[in-house]
Amino acid sequence: MSSSTIAAPFRQSGSFFALCLDTFVQFFRSVRHGRFQWREAIEQAWFIASVTILPTALVSIPFGAVIALQIGNLSRQVGAQSFTGSAAVLAIVREAAPIVCALLISGAGGSAICADLGSRKIRDEIDAMEVLGISPIERLVVPRVIASMFVAVLLNGLVSVVGVIGGYTFNVLLQHGTPGAYIASFTALAQLPDLYVGEFKALIFGALAALVASYKGLNPKGGPKGVGDAVNQSVIITFMLLFVVNFVVTTIYFQVIPQKAI
Amino acid sequence: MGVDIKVEGLTKSFGRQVIWENVSLTLPKGEISVLLGPSGTGKSVFLKHLVGLLRPDRGHVYIEGKDVPNVSERELYEVRKMFGVLFQDGALFGSMTIFDNVAFPLREHTKKNESDIKRIVMEKLELTGLIGAESKLPGEISGGMRKRAGLARALVLDPEILLFDEPDSGLDPVRTAYLNQLIVDLNAQIEATMLIVTHDINTARTVPDNIGLLYRRHLAMFGPREMLLSSQEPVVRQFLNARRQGPIGMAEEKDAAELEAEKDQGELPPLPPIPPQIEPSNGQGRKTQRPAGQWLKENNVEPPPGSFTGEGSYANSAAVTAPPATTETKQQREGGSVRLLERDRDNDGDDDGDGDGQTQRLRRTPARKSASKATAAPAKTASKRAAAKKTPAHKKSDE
Repeated sequence: MSSSTIAAPFRQSGSFFALCLDTFVQFFRSVRHGRFQWREAIEQAWFIASVTILPTALVSIPFGAVIALQIGNLSRQVGAQSFTGSAAVLAIVREAAPIVCALLISGAGGSAICADLGSRKIRDEIDAMEVLGISPIERLVVPRVIASMFVAVLLNGLVSVVGVIGGYTFNVLLQHGTPGAYIASFTALAQLPDLYVGEFKALIFGALAALVASYKGLNPKGGPKGVGDAVNQSVIITFMLLFVVNFVVTTIYFQVIPQKAI
Repeated sequence: MGVDIKVEGLTKSFGRQVIWENVSLTLPKGEISVLLGPSGTGKSVFLKHLVGLLRPDRGHVYIEGKDVPNVSERELYEVRKMFGVLFQDGALFGSMTIFDNVAFPLREHTKKNESDIKRIVMEKLELTGLIGAESKLPGEISGGMRKRAGLARALVLDPEILLFDEPDSGLDPVRTAYLNQLIVDLNAQIEATMLIVTHDINTARTVPDNIGLLYRRHLAMFGPREMLLSSQEPVVRQFLNARRQGPIGMAEEKDAAELEAEKDQGELPPLPPIPPQIEPSNGQGRKTQRPAGQWLKENNVEPPPGSFTGEGSYANSAAVTAPPATTETKQQREGGSVRLLERDRDNDGDDDGDGDGQTQRLRRTPARKSASKATAAPAKTASKRAAAKKTPAHKKSDE
C-alpha cells in the first residue's frame, strides 16, 4: 500500500483544487440563477471585518514605523533623505499591506471560518444540508470566499493608509525628517499600478485564506480534536501559500509593468 | 409511497481498515428495518452510503433503478430528495430557530408561500411534540427535542425513505418508547421505507419488520424480525438478547480460549419470547405489517414459549422462567429456514416476496393454528426439544 502513502499529498492537493474549482463554478452559477447568498456573504464580511480591523490597524502602525525607521537610517547615510517618503510608500503599498492583511485575514478570519465549518461538519450539519439537496459549497463556502476577498481588499486600503501615516509620523517626529519632502516624494518611485497590484494581491490572498480554511474545515479528521487540528493546519498552510503566491505575483508584476526611474 | 433500496456487494474501507465487505440486502419498500451491530461496526457509515454521502470501494446501491454511488452529482441531488434523514444529534442548523430549521427544505425546494409553509411546519412540529419551542435556537433545547426537531425537518418534504441514525441514543426510556411509537405511526401514515440504525435492543425487538446485524466486517444476517429473534446463530442470539455468552467480546471478538472456557459453563439460557410488534396507535395496522408468527409458520420454526403475548417483552424477559432442558446449544433449527448470510449475497428478496402482497392483515386464527402446527411438526429439530410445551404463539397482544 505504499502507493497510497505517496499519493496521499497529491490527493489532498487535488481535492483542494477541486474545491477551488467547485467554488468558482458555483459562484457564477449561483449568481446566474439568483441564488447567491447575499445575506450570508454580508454577515460573513461583517464578521471578518469586525475581527480583523482593529488588529490590522494596530499591526500596521508599527509596521509602517519600522519601515520608516529602516529606510530613514539608510537614506540619511547615502544622503537621499528626501526620498524616504517614496521608499516607505513603495514598501508599504506594494508588499507590506497585502501581506499584513492576508496574515490577519487567515489568522483571524480564516481560523474562524475553519472552526465554524469544522464544528458544523462534526455535528453532521453539512451532511444534513447535502441530504436536503443543498450544496454546502454554494451555501457556505462561496459566500465566505467572496466576503473574505471583499474584506481583504478593503483592509489592504486600510493598512496602506495607516501604515503610511505611521511611517510619516515616525519619520517626522523621531527622525526629524522634513514633512514636505516626505509627502512630496510620495510619487517619485511609487505609481498607481503599485496600488492596483497591492489590491490584486489582497484579493487573491483573501480568496486563498478562505478556500484553505473551508477545505480544512469541511474535512476534519476524527471528532472535536480534528477540528482543532484543522484550524491549526489551515492557518499554517495559508501562511506558506501566501508567501509563495506573493513571490510569484511580484515577479510577474515586475516583468509586466515597467518601473519608474528616479 | 416508499421504494425498495437494493444494496449489492457493498464494500468500504478507510485506509487499510476494512469497515465491512460484501454487504448485500434489500430494504423492502414501505417496511421498517433495523440495522444492529456492536459499536464501531460501521452502521452509521452504511447509512451514509445509502444517501451517497460516502462512496463505497465497491458495490451498488439501487434506488428506483439509479445506482447511488455512480450517479452524476445532479442526479444524486434528485435522488436525495426522496430521503429524510434523522442524524444522531438532529444536525440542526445552529444559526436558525427550530421553525426556520424545519421550514428550510420547504423554502429551498418548493415555491410555497409563507402561510402554507407555516401550516406544514406547525403540523410537523405538533406531530413531534414541539409546539411552543419553534422560536428557540437548537442550542437552547434539550437533546431529545433536537432529535425530534431533526425528525420534523426530515419529514416536511414527505420522504419516501426515512433513515434514522440512532434515534434513541441519549433519550430516556419513556421518550424512546414515544419515539418508537411515532416511527411506527409514521410508517402507517406515509408508508415510507424506513431504516433505523440503533443499539437499543428493545427498539430492535419490537419496532421493525426486518432486522439486520453487522458483525466482524460483514452482514451477519438480514431478514424478517421473527427469523432473527428465533435464530440460534450465536452472534445473532447473543446480540439480540444482550448476553455475555457468545462470540462478541468486550474488545471485539473473543479468542478461542475464552470461547472454550465458555463452552464448559454449560448450555445457553433459552431464547426469550418474541415480543409483539408495536402497532400503530390508530389501530388500523400498517399495510406492510405481517401477522405475528407468519414467518415462523412458513418456515416451521417454533417460537420460544410465551411469544407474542406481550408478557415477554424485553423489559421483563429476564423474569420469564426458563423452560427446562434444551440441551443443545448449537443450532437446533437450521431446518431450511434460518439462512446464515456469512458473506453470501443471496439474502435479498427472501422476505419481500411473501410480505409485499400482504396488504390486509390476516386474522389471528391462522397464525395460532400455524404455530401449534409447528409444535406438532415432527421436524428433525422439533423432536429434540424434549420439554416445555405450553402452546406458544398467542397473540392477544395487539390492539
